[in-house]
Amino acid sequence: MTRQEPHLLLQAAPFLRRGLTTPRLMVEVLLLLAPVILAAVWFFGLSAILVLTAATAGAVVTEWALTPAHPRGASLADGSAVLTGLILGLCLPPGIALWMAFLGGVVAIGLGKLVFGGLGENLFNPALVGRAFLQAAFPTAITTWSQQGSITEFATVRPSNWALPLMQAPPVDGVSTATPLGLMKFEGVPTPLADLVLGNTAGSLGETCGLLIVVCGAIMAVRRIFDWRIPVAILLAVVVFSGLVWALDREGSPSPQFMLGSGGLLFGAVYMATDPVTSPVTPRGAWIFGIGVGLLVVLIRVWGGLPEGVMYAILLMNAATPLIDRISQPRGFGRGRPAA
Amino acid sequence: MSTGALRSFAHGVHPDEHKEQTAHLPLERMPFVQRYVLPLSQHTGAPCRPVVAAGDAVHRGQVVGAPVGFVSTTLHSPVTGRVAAIASRRHPNGSMAECLEIEADPWSTQQLEPAAPIDFRALSLDEFIEQVQRAGLVGLGGAAFPSHVKYKLPEGRRCERLLINGCECEPYLTCDHRTMVERPEAVVRGAEMVATMLGARETVLGVELNKPDGMDALNCFIPDGAPMRVMSLRVKYPQGAEKMLIKAIFGVEVPAGKLPIDVGIVVNNVGSMAALADWFVSGRPLIERPVTVAGPGVERPSNLIVPVGTPVRDVLRHCGIRHETRQVIMGGPMMGMPLASLDVPVLKGTSGILAFTEDVIDHRTEYACLKCGRCLEACSNFLNPARLARLARAGRWDELELSYVMDCMECGACTYACPSGVPVVHLIRAAKTAIRERKAGQG
Repeated sequence: MTRQEPHLLLQAAPFLRRGLTTPRLMVEVLLLLAPVILAAVWFFGLSAILVLTAATAGAVVTEWALTPAHPRGASLADGSAVLTGLILGLCLPPGIALWMAFLGGVVAIGLGKLVFGGLGENLFNPALVGRAFLQAAFPTAITTWSQQGSITEFATVRPSNWALPLMQAPPVDGVSTATPLGLMKFEGVPTPLADLVLGNTAGSLGETCGLLIVVCGAIMAVRRIFDWRIPVAILLAVVVFSGLVWALDREGSPSPQFMLGSGGLLFGAVYMATDPVTSPVTPRGAWIFGIGVGLLVVLIRVWGGLPEGVMYAILLMNAATPLIDRISQPRGFGRGRPAA
Repeated sequence: MSTGALRSFAHGVHPDEHKEQTAHLPLERMPFVQRYVLPLSQHTGAPCRPVVAAGDAVHRGQVVGAPVGFVSTTLHSPVTGRVAAIASRRHPNGSMAECLEIEADPWSTQQLEPAAPIDFRALSLDEFIEQVQRAGLVGLGGAAFPSHVKYKLPEGRRCERLLINGCECEPYLTCDHRTMVERPEAVVRGAEMVATMLGARETVLGVELNKPDGMDALNCFIPDGAPMRVMSLRVKYPQGAEKMLIKAIFGVEVPAGKLPIDVGIVVNNVGSMAALADWFVSGRPLIERPVTVAGPGVERPSNLIVPVGTPVRDVLRHCGIRHETRQVIMGGPMMGMPLASLDVPVLKGTSGILAFTEDVIDHRTEYACLKCGRCLEACSNFLNPARLARLARAGRWDELELSYVMDCMECGACTYACPSGVPVVHLIRAAKTAIRERKAGQG
């Protein structure tokens, strides 16, 4: 010590830090998204892999190309672009043209995230911005649901996947079908609950197997990767509000358990509404946000023109998040009232 | 005796304790060294005024600095020797400060002048306060606020309850723990004195669950029927913060901007109680204090009784410092001070000296704030640290004040919890300084 003085590093307290970092958080979410991805591949075969790859590629390429930080694409390290791409892919129909999925990824990252200033600054869930764009641009392609394939047809790619940019998609050859929500809304045919839970229905890639989503969501909630209050509030609100509607009109409206299991509700509640950037930061805010999403889902599904309302419900509540944050600030120790 | 095993405050964090290195090690005496440096400013409040001159001979325990005003206390020589200089020396906080430099007499036995015990029961509260100021006592928990100031109750306030802080919630530190285990009678006696003088009807010793031997030892020395009890608390940071401890034990929230005495409570650290008992029983002023020397950069981690003014370099030399050491911290790892130089002295408020090697140093990469809310869950002051950090970056001082930034006690729990490595508490600290300066500028 006398001979060699240590070069002391000066940094201010605290000198300790919890091991959890943002990239690790993203990895954990990706790991808990993996079962849903595998289920999508199981149900929809090679098409699922292609669509997910296209959407993710769109997201990653855009993040790389449009971030001015040096070195270029450094922000890819936080893993959020990959996550956005995968989540977008999982809420697309299996037969969508790959170029559309790619374009969705580009819009999700470009218009959903980077125009706001990158990760942490965006107002809306980027994956949903991408999906909303696709819905507006290609309303037919994004609502054309093809049947699940059996395992023997694993390698059979849906021909519509290969559609060329801006060309008419080839006619869907006889395997087109309706989602449980579509069946309910337009034909009044409910789908058995067992099919909804196990995923034996048509729908977007990631949304069909309710059970798997619930299990992964529970694990994430227990590991405190996200705020458990948000999905719980959404699901409770959907049950309560749709229960009310159902109690008033048993014939014409879907039952609460059907509402819970169908469409993108579980996927949206677990993987999209819980995005910390675009949801309120306080526990009270989380409850308000979740209840708002649930209410909007029921309103859109029951009285709206669309069979599904999860996407718009979450986007609308995203827009309300700064306001919710404002009214739900923590109260301050020894103050008894929230900060201004 | 201990009740309410799950008592605690809301929010907070659970850093790894790292106390196993030293928790079992008895307090040892640090040998005397050649040279002592005593900054005249050791604590909050006015620095003391030297009452000796360079060249004067001093003996151990002799007064070398007198208080200037009420929020100021006495300074004593930690050794028998000679005042080498009264000059500017490096202070642990990084500045240069007026210091007394005392050279130890190598032939002295370093015996403390014997003094008759003082019967505190014969004193009035004001006389007691004067005695405490003469002993040079400050809070030994870290903030080092002059002890006697707390005993001067403001007009119209009564001390209903005395709370003795044995939480030691900072990781690595074990000197309070050892004080409770080895000197429980001094802790209890000191607490009795303060409780008697202040007229408190109840005394509670709050100890975290990870120190069961400390609780047992204290319980052994609490007289039967005395209005004093030990209460165990969940292990959580920052439980040692006064207001959090009060909340944990009594469930009372001290209003923002107020002091514990405003709710009829006085809080003192266990080490301070033992030091207070030392003055009244044996006339030993605050010339030494227990210090935990630990961390992966230390070869022989120890709990040492170190004379105030001992250079950190000598303490680390005594315990052995590994050459891989890259960071030396005075105090705990959550709120301590980083040292730029080893040639700074141990102060009255120094509870630990930690040497960190490369592998435990937190090299944080900063990512974007995800608004995940982990800092809100960590903040025991119920603030929104993420928002404060954001406003601080933007320099929006008015909004910061409206968001109660001045309530922040800078415990660092938010920064510990942040997965994105945002220097939250650093930004808040800078903002608080800027706001204070702006206020001062406006007159």
